[in-house]
Amino acid sequence: MITSIYGAIESGLIYAIMALGVYISFRLLDFPDLTVDGSFVTGGAVTSVMIVNGTDPFTATIAGAIAGFFAGCITGLLHTKGNINPLLAGILMMIALYSINLRIMGQPNIPLLNEHTLFTTLNNWWEALNLEAIFMAPFHWLGIADFAPRSFYALMSLLVLIIIVKKLMDFFLRTEAGTTLRATGDNQKMVRSFSANTSLYIIVGMGVSNMLVAFSGAMVVQHSGFADINLGVGMIIIGLASVIIGEVLFGKDKIVRMTLAVILGAIVYRIIYSMALRIDFLEASDMKLITALIVVVALVFPHWLGQTNAKNQYKKSKAKAASG
Amino acid sequence: MLSLNEIHKTFYPNTPDERLALVDVNQKLEAGDFVTIIGSNGAGKSTLLNTLAGSIIPDEGEVSIDGRDVTRLPEQKRAAYIGRVFQDPMAGTAPGMTIEENMVISLGRTKRRSLFRGVSKQLRERFREHLATLEIGLEDRLNTKVGLLSGGERQALSLLMATFTEPKILLLDEHTAALDPSKQELILRLTRELVEKHSLTTVMVTHQMEQAIEFGNRLWMMDEGKIIFEANDDEKDELTVPDLLQNFENIRGKRMASDRALLSK
Repeated sequence: MITSIYGAIESGLIYAIMALGVYISFRLLDFPDLTVDGSFVTGGAVTSVMIVNGTDPFTATIAGAIAGFFAGCITGLLHTKGNINPLLAGILMMIALYSINLRIMGQPNIPLLNEHTLFTTLNNWWEALNLEAIFMAPFHWLGIADFAPRSFYALMSLLVLIIIVKKLMDFFLRTEAGTTLRATGDNQKMVRSFSANTSLYIIVGMGVSNMLVAFSGAMVVQHSGFADINLGVGMIIIGLASVIIGEVLFGKDKIVRMTLAVILGAIVYRIIYSMALRIDFLEASDMKLITALIVVVALVFPHWLGQTNAKNQYKKSKAKAASG
Repeated sequence: MLSLNEIHKTFYPNTPDERLALVDVNQKLEAGDFVTIIGSNGAGKSTLLNTLAGSIIPDEGEVSIDGRDVTRLPEQKRAAYIGRVFQDPMAGTAPGMTIEENMVISLGRTKRRSLFRGVSKQLRERFREHLATLEIGLEDRLNTKVGLLSGGERQALSLLMATFTEPKILLLDEHTAALDPSKQELILRLTRELVEKHSLTTVMVTHQMEQAIEFGNRLWMMDEGKIIFEANDDEKDELTVPDLLQNFENIRGKRMASDRALLSK
């Protein structure tokens, strides 16, 4: 139970990078982007092929992220220059990437178990610095060593990584260019009237979004020890679920707060996921259904809530008018 | 400053819906000119304004600003010279973003957008000073989302954002038409103040004849895509609403069509 929660937090931190990417396209650019299902695998594919061929894992991970950037730019181009509806542009790119990913990988599955990955490197550093003992110490003092994770290295390094990603993203979104990018999803006509090339912002924004998604994919394959062509199926829905859960539970107006909410949303989603897997009659394959249900509930519920509130208020005001 | 040479524009050419939107428009504006454009629905006022802004490219003719031919320059590039306020108060601002963020975007009109922090302390002070001149208390609400402002407040903000970076030309497209009378007065007062403060060359489209007469030093009356009547400086100062209606009848041999234009307030 405890270990599964630590595991959930670990994968939550990795998938949070993907969720931040989805947040850029879905919320900031108002572009429901299905490229994600493909670009997530593209990141993993490029990275795993390079690792298998002996490239050092840092370079391989960065290359994976860059591949995702280009995939996203193409989706943006299809929409802005080709005038293709956003949803369709994403689907086209997703389908195209399926073939491309197979080409990159050369086979539907690449094992990485005995390879030198980012995580093995981090683990080496971790052991060299002997940090494990420092983190374990409080657990031993309190006599709750059984509740500690088997190792802190993945958790801590991922935490540091996600904080760096979040800080960079917060910074970018508050620059002049980042502010304009956010406004592009809010009111394109206005942004154009202030001399900004909205097409360019959409293309680059989609690129950055998918870069984060591919980066997350590159981390996932190294964390789980294999790349698979079907890794990305339903990824966009997981991203949406994370974004929406985050907004509902932790969301606030400020952008700094929103990126934090999305990260926490991704972790909460993973925890729900691991809990659901522990229910006996549910199988791992049911998770897509459960994810879809989570998104439906999260989308529909606030809407209903709004309506009932409005109705109640109407009734109240009517009752007041009748009595007064 | 701004010149329009033999501009023609036809919508839906060679179809049953063909409509002459602009016919042989020839005009020149000097720096500091304030022209009001009046005319009934479909007279071509908005098309003319959109041609200036670049959202409509004319079939023939040339638009030039400061001697530079901008006829084929896309809207967002031309915006470096042009400030714009739309009829819809919702159109000129981004609702999901705060007042200061909106103003940062408007600053980008004249310069490249950088990867530096958008809202700095200095900028915030500058924004606050400019907002204070509106005298509607927006200077204390820099972090309020624009979507929470009223229509009048949003339009005042749009007007400020379009003017405070001193564009070469300010385009006002019936920018008071969607507001209630008290808000209309506010926006008109602000328009007068801001145009004077930055001595902007202004083109204002309006449905209200009184407004057209009251504002600016020049007036164009449009019908069926043509500028059928114009009055400048002294001539314009003596103009009255009945004069305008009479002129229209004399020139076109018919009464002015739009009720909205007749009901000047």
